[in-house]
Amino acid sequence: MTESTPSATTISPAASPAVIQGVGAAADSMIVFEDVSKFYGEVLGVNRVNLQIAPGITSLVGPNGSGKTTLMNLMTGLLRPTSGNISVLGMSPTDSEELFRKLGYCSQFDSFPRGATAREFIRFYLRVHGYTLQEAAELTQAALERVSLTEAADRKVSAFSKGMRQRVRLAQAIAHNPSILVLDEPLNGLDPMARAEIIRLFRDLADAGMYLIISSHILHEVDMMSDNVVLMHNGYVVAEGEVHGVRDEIDEHPIQILVRCDRPQLLAARLFEHEHTVEARIHDDRQGLFVKTRRPDDFYLLLNKVITEQNLKVESVAPADDDLNAVYQYLITSDGGTAR
Amino acid sequence: MNISPDMPANTLPARATGWSLWTRQTLAIMRLEIKKNFFSRRALLLYPVVGLPLFLLTMLAIFPPDTDEMGNFGMLGQVYAAVFGGLILRTLVFFGCAWIFMNLFRGEVVDRSLHYYFLSPVRREVLVVGKYLSGLVAAIVLFGITTVGSILILHFGLFPTESRTYFFGGPGAGHLLAYLGVTILACVGYGAIFLIMGLFFRNPIIPALLLYGWEWINFLLPPGLKKLSVIHYLQSLVPVTMSEGPFAVLAEPTPAWIAVPSLFLFTAAILFLSARYARRMEISYAGD
Repeated sequence: MTESTPSATTISPAASPAVIQGVGAAADSMIVFEDVSKFYGEVLGVNRVNLQIAPGITSLVGPNGSGKTTLMNLMTGLLRPTSGNISVLGMSPTDSEELFRKLGYCSQFDSFPRGATAREFIRFYLRVHGYTLQEAAELTQAALERVSLTEAADRKVSAFSKGMRQRVRLAQAIAHNPSILVLDEPLNGLDPMARAEIIRLFRDLADAGMYLIISSHILHEVDMMSDNVVLMHNGYVVAEGEVHGVRDEIDEHPIQILVRCDRPQLLAARLFEHEHTVEARIHDDRQGLFVKTRRPDDFYLLLNKVITEQNLKVESVAPADDDLNAVYQYLITSDGGTAR
Repeated sequence: MNISPDMPANTLPARATGWSLWTRQTLAIMRLEIKKNFFSRRALLLYPVVGLPLFLLTMLAIFPPDTDEMGNFGMLGQVYAAVFGGLILRTLVFFGCAWIFMNLFRGEVVDRSLHYYFLSPVRREVLVVGKYLSGLVAAIVLFGITTVGSILILHFGLFPTESRTYFFGGPGAGHLLAYLGVTILACVGYGAIFLIMGLFFRNPIIPALLLYGWEWINFLLPPGLKKLSVIHYLQSLVPVTMSEGPFAVLAEPTPAWIAVPSLFLFTAAILFLSARYARRMEISYAGD
């Protein structure tokens, strides 16, 4: 990235392999945004975005409405920029015939052709690519195996859970083995086990040299899988760079979780034995515990341990920040301490 | 989960290119779209439309009214011309094509599934052609059945003996083919118009109704304006001309050798514009 907004901050840009300063001659091997703006009438989508993205996992991070999806839709030609230029490995996003041989996009649109099974859905769009029936069938089977959906492959997608539909979309995006994978909130709706597996798949794909551009508003997940982050806010790219910078900020800024359970006092006592617990406050109805922790991973491990050892009855566990945007605000404003 | 990032692009099957690829893609698009045009929930609305004249004419054959036209085989040609021109062509084919072709793109926008096509390595021009041809196949099959079925039911239902002579030893077969040809041309012309309406307008029903009005008042228009309609060219091709009433502004029918190519040229021009529009089309689904 060369320029975003006058107030943009950069997290260790020089050390970043995936987000590289300056528009250079290597544009054919990168995804390049040059001064790209998109307005929906008078409403700002993104403004004056300059980015260069190299192989690896690059996460677009920001609260809802920050412009992540707009940026992805611009990259894939679903939207056209109001001004500026976009080049995807030297191709224009409007050249769909070339672009989508190399790019797969798992969008957030949770809709499918009516009545289609998972297998039919994936196979059909492979036929549109130009593959023969047999080739399409083989690629479909391989894609279904990669997302562990072979058993449900011949059931109608409309009967699937949200997580399974997410897997179908993912399988469809990777079925033609693209070298660029654009994923809009790909972990939404997945259970923790599936999330871990999908994140591992993303890591393996990135290690194999693929470009993965992933949007998320869950900083914790971004931290787990990304090489680089692009932090967006109100249509502007406000920070970018290696993930460690963001991780540091997360570590310094605890997140709050509400655990609804039968013995919150017991849980609080166990949590305070660990230094990552910043605060534990019992809910007014005495059936829950607000926990502030700097390390959510460690917290969840500890919670599982307490449940097993103390036979704690847990009704629900959910993020309980009064305003999730507070975390982003913390990261994107100089008052929050991100500016360096 | 089987985590396998392998299978690099160079192990993928080789793909066709150029016209071979476009043909393959067009056929792939047609396969899915034809299935949707015949068997989707939206398509169910078409079957009563297709069956309406067949049902009415069957009732007419079973309970023939006691009128001069119905008692005289020589007048049956005029009766069918009125049924075809007034009910089948102007109304059922018109609205049936509106339903089929408008939904080719608009229906997918409403269902939020158009992006899957736009995210495939297929030229938007190929997509427009594939969808149009699929709509055409559905419309021709459905309204071809209506046209052929209604003419046969009317004739054989009322005058079986005379009809046998008329169709197998007289001009009946030629008339039947001419009516079928007009139906096909109507699907070709109206299909292109409704395809582009479905692309351009968020609610294409209003422009469709305006077009319907324009086509209906065609008989009142001066000769120059008559030519700015599809129905004018179709009427020039029907084998039995229907009286348009005392207020009709008379005009020379357009010869077939002009009417048919004109309709195809018009259709090609509309498809060209549709493809150009589709090429610049964005997808946000907001408000659809």
